[in-house]
Amino acid sequence: MRIGVVTFPGSLDDGDAARAARIAGAEAVRLWHGDPDLHGVDAVVLPGGFSYGDYLRCGAIARFAPVMETIIDAARGGLPVLGICNGFQVLCEAHLLPGALTRNQHLHFRNRDQWLRVESPDTAWTNNFTEGQEILVPVKNGEGCYVADAHTLDALEAEGRIIARYIKGNPNGSQRDIAAITNEAGNVVGIMPHPEHAVEALTGPSLDGLGFFTSVLRALAGATAGGQQSGGHQ
Amino acid sequence: MTSQPDTATSGAAASPSEKKPTGFAATDVLINEFAGAPDTVERAYQTPTELQPHTELGLKDDEYERIRQILGRRPTASELAMYSIMWSEHCSYKSSKVHLRQFGEKQPQNTRMLAGIGENAGVVQISDDIAVTFKVESHNHPSFVEPYQGAATGVGGIVRDILAMGARPIAVMDPLRFGAADHPDTARVLPGVVAGIGGYGNCLGLPNIGGEIVFDPTYQGNPLVNALSIGVLPVERLQHKEAAGVGNIVVLLGARTGRDGIGGVSVLASATFDDEAEQRRPSVQVGDPFMEKLLIESCLELYDAGLVAGIQDLGGAGLTCALTETAAAAGTGMRVWLERVPLREASMSPTEILASESQERMLLIVTPDNLAPVLAVAEKWGVWATAIGEVTQSEADGAPGRLVISWNEHVVVDVPPGSLADDGPVYARPIREPADLILLQADRAETLPRPATGDELRETVLRMAASPNLCDKTWVTEQYDRYVLGNTILAQPEDSGVLRIDERTGLGVALSVDGNGRFARLDPYEGAKLALAEAYRNVAVTGAEPVAVTDCLNFGSPEDPAVMWQFAEAVRGLADGCQQLGTPVTGGNVSFYNQTGAAAIHPTPVVGVLGVFDDVARRIPMGFTPPTGDGDLLFLLGETECELSGSEWAWVTHAHLGGRPPKIDLAKEQRLSALMSRASQAGHVNAAHDLSDGGLAQSLVESCLRREVGARITLPDDGQSAFVHLFSESASRAVVAVPRGHDKAFVALAADYGVPCTPIGVTSRDAVLEVRDQFEIPLSEVREAWTSTLPKLFGDLAAAAVPAEEPAVRSVTLEIAEPVPGGPIEPAEPSTD
Repeated sequence: MRIGVVTFPGSLDDGDAARAARIAGAEAVRLWHGDPDLHGVDAVVLPGGFSYGDYLRCGAIARFAPVMETIIDAARGGLPVLGICNGFQVLCEAHLLPGALTRNQHLHFRNRDQWLRVESPDTAWTNNFTEGQEILVPVKNGEGCYVADAHTLDALEAEGRIIARYIKGNPNGSQRDIAAITNEAGNVVGIMPHPEHAVEALTGPSLDGLGFFTSVLRALAGATAGGQQSGGHQ
Repeated sequence: MTSQPDTATSGAAASPSEKKPTGFAATDVLINEFAGAPDTVERAYQTPTELQPHTELGLKDDEYERIRQILGRRPTASELAMYSIMWSEHCSYKSSKVHLRQFGEKQPQNTRMLAGIGENAGVVQISDDIAVTFKVESHNHPSFVEPYQGAATGVGGIVRDILAMGARPIAVMDPLRFGAADHPDTARVLPGVVAGIGGYGNCLGLPNIGGEIVFDPTYQGNPLVNALSIGVLPVERLQHKEAAGVGNIVVLLGARTGRDGIGGVSVLASATFDDEAEQRRPSVQVGDPFMEKLLIESCLELYDAGLVAGIQDLGGAGLTCALTETAAAAGTGMRVWLERVPLREASMSPTEILASESQERMLLIVTPDNLAPVLAVAEKWGVWATAIGEVTQSEADGAPGRLVISWNEHVVVDVPPGSLADDGPVYARPIREPADLILLQADRAETLPRPATGDELRETVLRMAASPNLCDKTWVTEQYDRYVLGNTILAQPEDSGVLRIDERTGLGVALSVDGNGRFARLDPYEGAKLALAEAYRNVAVTGAEPVAVTDCLNFGSPEDPAVMWQFAEAVRGLADGCQQLGTPVTGGNVSFYNQTGAAAIHPTPVVGVLGVFDDVARRIPMGFTPPTGDGDLLFLLGETECELSGSEWAWVTHAHLGGRPPKIDLAKEQRLSALMSRASQAGHVNAAHDLSDGGLAQSLVESCLRREVGARITLPDDGQSAFVHLFSESASRAVVAVPRGHDKAFVALAADYGVPCTPIGVTSRDAVLEVRDQFEIPLSEVREAWTSTLPKLFGDLAAAAVPAEEPAVRSVTLEIAEPVPGGPIEPAEPSTD
């Protein structure tokens, strides 16, 4: 399986996302913001960082990068896409996910090891977790406060599209403690904390982040297996 | 006890009271007077007697005369500005040079060092094909004038030094010193400095892995903002700054040049502060970390493609420094056309262009063949790259070439570059021991009233843990990204930052940076050694092998003989210490004029020590491991004597500074280091924490709270009181937690290495810190004391982070299925905190 990791100017955790994909057993493929070609990848990660210096608004310029035009189309067609931190902001700006990420309530950048509760294993990126599973993943952002209008929030709740919430303290003031959401189809996920920084015992607070990457491999394997079955191969 | 009564009021401090144009504004007068054209070399010959504002630019009369001698005429306005910058204290090291030579003269044999003092940063080889480069620098005055930008550009500047060596920057650390924690101005400076460091470093994608935060009234009007960066490079990618190769092209890469930071090094960094500091805000540079990130990526791509013949960063003194240093290093000449420099403001004069300290710029020397590919890489990353000049021949007689700079056909500079870069004035300034030192040293803290009962000791432990210098620094460090790049093995509050360099082998480094201004005030020679010893020990207790040193020497005015004595003593102490430990000083920075009026700061040598790991998997953390069975055995390594002078206890409980600092025997540090390295390889130690500020009590508090593990302590029965055991700051000590079954082997190993090893207790499943026969404190109580101090002083962020309130009225209905592009978003309620 090939997981593409996009590098925008100002992307910072792109190497870490690629490392996490490799540790999970995938081939990491680096994608360049100016190149619309996805090089045949099976899934895409939009990594953390400060794409285009966070000028204008976080993610607002990256959303117009040539590679994003292709990714937006592919995501609507079912390509698994994970946006981490700045990647989440890009997905919101690209309207692949509703709502927006705003300045942390306390107005400071905050980096800490954060407990999350996985609310839904029914996405391409969370199927290796169990519902209600508590995981420990680093959070680090200045603009991670998720906001949306109440109707949107209610709909996200009702449709089971809030896939992870902050527990044991909300690090940035996100509404309804939202840490991660998905689109209706469950292939596009935006998450503010950084699963790619919880994949090795030496460097992370846990190995819990690896589950996001193994989940997409499982989803892709399932899709392939399903395709093969329908093609008559046993 | 903190003042310098015999500090002379310097000339530099006295001058700014006059109201005529000062600084670089004065040089512009000439330009205006000359009908819009700049002061040229030709005009300098025609008007030899024209009065020039050299004093306003910080040049002494005899220095000005020397410039005239070198040039055989009066300097042009641009040349005068260049000399004033390059001969400033900050750039020329004119007061410190005669002392700093000791670092070379006493340099221990070391085959690892690939580049040392005089380069942008020292380079140390850590394996057959990998080297690291690291350096610490000051950005003190800009950070006081404009805390956010001053601190941010401090990070940016040191990172470019690392980049210029051919390395990818991989981490930063920040030793910070502020005035009293509860002083109103600290509430202005600290949040800005911290936000600036975070804002720049986080956006650059560099983990912040450690540093210091110290409060002391001595830094009230003059905070110390030092910044350290470390980078990694393949050995063969080491870059040089020489502008070699006649005909090679001089390329300016990165941001456009603006009017920010003009006079930064000469106006801000090389003079004593006064009441007009506020007016100097334009002298502070303004940073753009996004541009620096692009600059880093483009430089690394250029290095890897072999497109760079020479490179120098633009920091203090901007183009002036980069042009003269690259040319002087090669002995070549250089021809530069200033009108080609991309400007943010078109009206900038040639002098301003040469003096600007606009950030995020590098100067490249490239062969003509490589120019097109270099410009293509710059275009890929979206940074400006402009050919602004070329390397020219040396003089016919073999003498070094000349630096000739024109601006729109006017030749404004024609100088021998070495005269600016290398041949600046050197002063052997008078030194005199501070007159108050004898009295200060006689006023010993060992005679102060001490807590005696268990209850009093308990109270003191809590009071110390809550004191600003010892309390939890999470309020600050949470604002720094410590995870980015995915190679951070240990970060603050650990004793050292530990980084993995090679994912395949586990090769890595440990870095610690430490200083103690109080110790150095009491005895600068021993104080410098103690700072070195602490950083060395912090690296050693993680299990790494200490190999090299960088230093940032923060002192008052060099024109004050008492300060100069402190400086001379500190340098001597550091050089002697490095020689004995076998760890060479690879580079660093001197920051003078850290004083307010006549009062200098405590002499504050800050020392960074680099250690090497063959495999970072064996690093030893500071926190006790949660017990699965009976708990680990705790041992105190080293010997405790009654040494309280200059201690945190004397300061916190008696506001006392006097006496002599703890004795330091570096041979003991070496033995401790060798033991810890061996023990780490053998897996004998689960946790280790050095003893320094606050002594054993504070060390235990920190090791317990790190992972919420209790400890039951039995103090040694050796004649010392419980109080001395808990709060003395004797050097060369550490606490180690040894898993059961390893204790016999560890004790034997300690004996082999000649390190005193005393059992002092066990870790415990109960969340308490107990000192037998004295007191017991629940960890929750210590934690409350330890963690609440900074939030109380600078704002409680936890309370602010409650979920944003949702609007009560649904004013807009959005269809979820089809998100409206740019649709309205209900704003979150502002926090009411």
